[in-house]
Amino acid sequence: MAKEILVGKASDFKEGGKKIVPNGKTSEIGVYLVHGNWYAYANLCPHQGGPACEGLLMAKVEEVIAEDKTYQGMRFNHDEMHIVCPWHGWEFDIADGQAVADRKWSLRKFEVEVRGEDVYVLA
Amino acid sequence: MELPTSDRYQAMSVDSFDTTKLLTNAARQRDARKLNEFPIFDADAHHYESESISEIIKYIDDDVLNHLARANPGILSAGRGGYQPVGGRITRYPLRKIEETPSDGTHRDVHLSRRWMDAMGIDYISLFPTGMLGIGLIPQVEVEVQYARAYMRWLTEEILPCDPRVKGYVFLPFNSPEAAYEIATEFGDKEGIIGFLVTSPRYKPVHDNAYMKTYSYIEETGKPLVFHSGLNWNDPLMSVTNRFIAAHALGFTLYNVIHMCNWICNALNERFPKIPVVWTESGLAWVPWLAQRLDNDYKMRSSEIPGLKKLPSEYMGDMFYTSQPMEMPNDLSFLESTFKMINAETQLLYASDYPHWDADMPSTIYDLPFLDEKAKRNILGGNAIKIFDLDVSDRYPNYKAA
Repeated sequence: MAKEILVGKASDFKEGGKKIVPNGKTSEIGVYLVHGNWYAYANLCPHQGGPACEGLLMAKVEEVIAEDKTYQGMRFNHDEMHIVCPWHGWEFDIADGQAVADRKWSLRKFEVEVRGEDVYVLA
Repeated sequence: MELPTSDRYQAMSVDSFDTTKLLTNAARQRDARKLNEFPIFDADAHHYESESISEIIKYIDDDVLNHLARANPGILSAGRGGYQPVGGRITRYPLRKIEETPSDGTHRDVHLSRRWMDAMGIDYISLFPTGMLGIGLIPQVEVEVQYARAYMRWLTEEILPCDPRVKGYVFLPFNSPEAAYEIATEFGDKEGIIGFLVTSPRYKPVHDNAYMKTYSYIEETGKPLVFHSGLNWNDPLMSVTNRFIAAHALGFTLYNVIHMCNWICNALNERFPKIPVVWTESGLAWVPWLAQRLDNDYKMRSSEIPGLKKLPSEYMGDMFYTSQPMEMPNDLSFLESTFKMINAETQLLYASDYPHWDADMPSTIYDLPFLDEKAKRNILGGNAIKIFDLDVSDRYPNYKAA
């Protein structure tokens, strides 16, 4: 049975916010509220082990290509937010934890439960 | 401080920054793998000498250049272009300026180095500059010469004496062969100096007769000659690319490819067989490509390079390589093949490149499934201890080479 970790009060989170909580003595879990949804991932990058959840949360960068195939620049797509590992910049889709450059790699995902005002991670 | 990437969508504010905290997971890797039980030498670590530029300028003897540099330190750097921290995603770049270090007489660069060394389980580092990697692109040769000498005086008087765990190289102002010789001989036997450095982004042929005197001296010392690569987005060829990833991937490889080609095709391995030549910060994947390419052509055109007594790839197998940035393919058999071609067990030297953006932890070597324990320890430290003739008795009194 999964262990429940009390993260804190839901009202403590603002949109795009996160909190990193201990998961035992030698690991942590990052808990996010993004676009009204809760997400939780291990603070451990599958690349070289960096603290992925301690980095930035950034919007996906997209290329703008016109109908005639010409390049028109780049833009942020705030509908897809990425967790960015601060060690090397690997980016992970907040929705599923997969590495956006190579979806064979991903952050370990945890379930989040909100009961009343309390937010829990099931580790 | 508010990170420079903060905007109306996403903000991140940090009150303090501590390298040790950032590298908590590295320390966990160190402990899980027992990396503190054997010596680890980092053959390519960096400091940001530009942050100490006012200290270095004090050592510029030329009054006019000293004045110019104080008025405008920018004359001591060449614009190479690019943005290493991936648009602010590598947060240690902006945050390092708020990291505090003790004012106890030990230089800040050494304090910072010790923090990440200890976290990763690294015992010794060889320290390279950062901004100076592009100094060979400055059109004023005399600036390179004066800056190199000032940097060497600062390095040997203010940095290396702080800690015997931190080693350095003689920075050769290679665009002036005469000055390169003078500085090599002036600093080659200083305490903590373990080799001689040529920064690769430059446009001088390594086989020019003008350098033979310097190579002869280096060979006499028994210390390695290191080519540290870099990029120059302003290079006419590189300026065709429009993404930093391309300028970086190509540039850091290409400058060492060219110098390596010239070194081999002019039979410098035969002329200076006792110089350990080390190719740094180009990764490894280029080596099999160049070896196969040169071997194939050599078998048809050996008359052009009559100084060789064996295949180019065999000379390449005699030279040394630092590991970072080690290309990590999903199919590790590709990497295993590269290791075989470069005789990695004896010729490969682990390098972190920390604190730069594409740094490699010791685990990149230690976790490779195709290496046995002896090979891992050789690559992480044993090979460097041999070629740099390092005394590790202060940390490993009972160390014996594998």
